[in-house]
Amino acid sequence: MKQRLYKTNGRIRSGTMYHMMMIPGILFLLVFSYVPMVGVITAFQDYIPAKGMFGSEFVGLKHFVYMFKLPDIAQVVSNTLVIALGKILIGTIMAIIFSVLLNEIRMKTIKKSVQTIVYLPHFLSWVVLASVVVNMFSLDGIVNQILTFFGLQHINFLGSNTWFQPLIIGTDVWKEFGYSSIVYLAAITSIDPGLYEAAGMDGASWWRKVWHITLPGMLPIILLMGVMSLTNILSAGFDQIYNLYNPVVYESGDILDTYVYRIGLVGRQYSFGTAVGLFKSVIGIVLLLSANQLAKKYTDRKIF
Amino acid sequence: MSYSANFKDRMGRVCIYAIVIMLALICLLPLWNIVAISFSSSEAVSANAVGLVPVHFTTAAYTRIIDDAQFWRSFGISILRVALSLALNMILIILMAYPLSKSKREFKGRNIYMNIMIFAMLFSGGMIPSYLLIKNLDMLNTIWALVLPGAVPIFSVILVMNFFSAVPKALEEAAFIDGANPLQVLFKVYVPVSIPALATVALFSIVGTWNDFFSGLIYMTKISNYPLMTYIQSLNVNIADLLQAGTNSSELSSLTEISNKNLNAAKIVVAVIPLLLIYPLLQKYFVTGIVVGSVKE
Repeated sequence: MKQRLYKTNGRIRSGTMYHMMMIPGILFLLVFSYVPMVGVITAFQDYIPAKGMFGSEFVGLKHFVYMFKLPDIAQVVSNTLVIALGKILIGTIMAIIFSVLLNEIRMKTIKKSVQTIVYLPHFLSWVVLASVVVNMFSLDGIVNQILTFFGLQHINFLGSNTWFQPLIIGTDVWKEFGYSSIVYLAAITSIDPGLYEAAGMDGASWWRKVWHITLPGMLPIILLMGVMSLTNILSAGFDQIYNLYNPVVYESGDILDTYVYRIGLVGRQYSFGTAVGLFKSVIGIVLLLSANQLAKKYTDRKIF
Repeated sequence: MSYSANFKDRMGRVCIYAIVIMLALICLLPLWNIVAISFSSSEAVSANAVGLVPVHFTTAAYTRIIDDAQFWRSFGISILRVALSLALNMILIILMAYPLSKSKREFKGRNIYMNIMIFAMLFSGGMIPSYLLIKNLDMLNTIWALVLPGAVPIFSVILVMNFFSAVPKALEEAAFIDGANPLQVLFKVYVPVSIPALATVALFSIVGTWNDFFSGLIYMTKISNYPLMTYIQSLNVNIADLLQAGTNSSELSSLTEISNKNLNAAKIVVAVIPLLLIYPLLQKYFVTGIVVGSVKE
C-alpha cells in the first residue's frame, strides 16, 4: 500500500520535477544565446552605443550591400573556404592513414604511448601552440635550418602570402590528426575479424586487406564525419589564425571571424561587423541542415 | 618462397612501426623544444642553439616568473574561472541531460526544450551582439563574463543525455519503488553509473575554459583582469593593437620589458602544467566519451 502510494507520487511529481530541472539551463541559454540573437537587428541599423538598440536608426540592408561591394570580402570568403576545405580534406586523410597504421601496432606499450602523445596537442591552446609554431617556422627556426642544410632558399613562412595558408592547414592537421583518429580507430575495431581471416585464407596481402576490408568498413563513419565537418566550412579557426597572423599576411590569412573581430570590434563598426557575422551564421545554418539531411540519406545516421 | 613472403611481411611491419613512432615524435618534439628553451640561457636561445637539450642549463627564467605578479594574478583568475565553470557546467549538464533522456511520452515538453537547445547550437548572434550584451549587463572586467556565457555546453548535454538513455530502465524503476524522487534517482542511480561520460564532459569543460583566450581579450579591458591564456597571448601581440585597445603606457612597458624568448617559454610551460596533471587521469575516459558522443544511430 505504502509502496504504491510513493510510486504514484513519484509519477505525478516527476513531470514538474523534470521542468524544474530544465529551467536553470534554459534561462542561461535564453540570456546568453537568445538575447544576442535578438541583437542581430543591429546589423540592420546604424548602431550607436549611446543610443542603444532601440534608439538607433534603421537602415535596412545598407551594411549587407556595403559588405558585398567591398573588395576585401571576396578575398576573405575565399580564404575562409580554402583554409577550411584544406583542413578538412588533409586532416581526414591523415587521420584515416594514421588510424589504419596504428591499428597494426600490436605492442601494447608502444600503442598506448603513441596514443597519449598524438592526442596531446589537441588539448593545448593555440596560444601555446602558436609559440611552438613560430619557433619552428621563423626565419632562423629549425625548418629553415633544415632547408638551408639541403641548399634550399630560406622561406619566410609567417610573412609570406604564398606560404601562410599551407602553414595554417599543415599545423592544424598536426594538432588534430591524432585526436580525430579516435573515431576512425573505433570504426576499425568494430569490423568483423572473420573478414580478415577469410581474406588471409585467400592469400590477400596487407595492402589488399586494407583496401578491400578496412576502408570500406570505415566508409560510413568517414562519410558521416565528412558531412559533419562541412558545417564548419565558414569557421576556418579563429584562435589559430589570430595567434599566427600579422598585417603582412592579412591578404591570405584573413577569414570571416578575424575580419569581424578586426573591423567590427576593434574598429568599433558594430553594425557592419554584426552584418558579416550574420551572413556567416545564416550560411552556416543552411550548411548544417543540408549536412544533416545528407547524413540521414546516405549514412542512416544523423547529427541531431 | 614462404621465407621471402615472411621477410616481406616483417619488413612491412617494421616500416609501419617506424612511421607511427615518427608521427608521435613529430607531435612531441616541437613541444619538448619549448621545454628545452625554457631551461636554457637567453644567449643560447637568441643564438638559436637550443634543440632538444637545454644549452647552459639554468632555471633563471622560472625564478623570474616567481616575481611576476601579473602572471600569478592571471593564473589565479584562470583557476577560479575553471572551478566556477566546471561546477556550473556539471550541475547544468546533469540536471538537463536527465529529463531530456526521457521519451516524449514520459516528459511532456521534452521536444520543446530540445529544440531550444539545438537552435542555440545552430545559430548564434555572433561576436558583436554577445559583446554588447556583456557590456550592457555591466559584466566587462568581471569573472562572470568568463563563466556565465558558457554555462550550458550544449554538445556535452547531448552526450550525457545519450549516455543516460542507455542506462537500464529497471534501475530507475527499482529506485522509484523504494520511494525515491527523480532528483534522488538522478544523483544516486544515474550519476554513479555515468562516470565515464561525466568525466569526459568535465575534461571538455576544464580544457575549454583553461585554454580560452578570446573571452578574456574581448571582455577584459584591463590587463590586470586577463586570464592566463589571454595574458600569455598578449606577450606576443603587437603594441599597436594594445594601444588601440586603450591599454595604458605603464602596463605596456611592463609587458614589453619582460617579453623575451626563454622567459615566455617558461611561462608557457607553467601554463600547460595544470592540463598535463589532469590529462592522464581523464585520458582513459575521453576515448569512450568521444565515440559515444560523436555518433548517434
